Amino acid sequence: MKLLTHNMLTSHVKGVTKGYPLLIKATEVKVSEVEFNPQFVSRMIPKLEWSALVQAAEEVGHLNDLPTELLPDYENNEEFLRKVHRVLLEVEVLEGSLRCPESGREFPISRGIPNMLLNEDEA
Amino acid sequence: MKLKELQSCLQQVDVFEEPKVLLEQYPTSAHIAACMLYTIHNTFDDIENKLVADLGCGCGVLSIGSAVLNAGLCVGFDIDQDALDIFRRNSEEFELTNIDMVQCDICSLRAFQKKFDTVIMNPPFGTKHNKGIDMQFLKTALSMARSSVYSLHKTSTREHIQKKANDWKVKMDVIAELRYDLPASYKFHKKKSVDVEVDFIRFCIT
Repeated sequence: MKLLTHNMLTSHVKGVTKGYPLLIKATEVKVSEVEFNPQFVSRMIPKLEWSALVQAAEEVGHLNDLPTELLPDYENNEEFLRKVHRVLLEVEVLEGSLRCPESGREFPISRGIPNMLLNEDEA
Repeated sequence: MKLKELQSCLQQVDVFEEPKVLLEQYPTSAHIAACMLYTIHNTFDDIENKLVADLGCGCGVLSIGSAVLNAGLCVGFDIDQDALDIFRRNSEEFELTNIDMVQCDICSLRAFQKKFDTVIMNPPFGTKHNKGIDMQFLKTALSMARSSVYSLHKTSTREHIQKKANDWKVKMDVIAELRYDLPASYKFHKKKSVDVEVDFIRFCIT
């Protein structure tokens, strides 16, 4: 699971109203090189929940020097875009779990795939 | 990339080892997948640099094709762990890094509102005690996409889908009529294969 996917992921356990952001408990994290595409990263940034991204990066131990506030004029700031590219697309959680901040329900992540399936009584 | 190259590339994608009847796990042929993706890419420019979702991705042929055509990221969604395991192996063999996967039930998926640029899918047609599941997939897809949804539906349901599209205020264009060759995947299939008439449809969110 990449952090870009995590940034969009919410929990929908019955009764939960927000269920976001899901807390990451990672036991195995992988960083793999992904081709840098500044255009795509720039286009994603305004659609992100920035604080959730910063929190997620911290939880998986890859915050590095990612600014906690979004920089102005980021489109032309290659250094910044590369940092965002790295946390969005290169860092991947392989094993661990996601915890719904409201209900506490845990969703396992196994071999890089989060399992968001709910039991019948939770849906 | 030429259509033929894309198709021969997608022929390398492994498909279901033991397809599950209730989930209607018919693989999307490399030919159909390539035709769909080639059109989405070349005619509508809805893949390259886009955030793409593939609903009911199965073993991932449409996701892999989108990744090969340089999607910014393609996220495949499926309920079935076995299918996702094959998908993961496929994406590793293709050495694709712009792919991600989520295991979930598309029918109860209410997240990702308008998060994706493009949604592509080959939904179950709803012929195995799951009538209406194709429309549930479509409804979810339309809620997740900002601009367009590309999908396959049985030609016999076109009028019904048009009516729904009108209700939901989305523009619908049948891009092509295809013959979907369903090979006899299951024991209860008596013929070797059967052709089903299928519409390749683009839904445009205005």
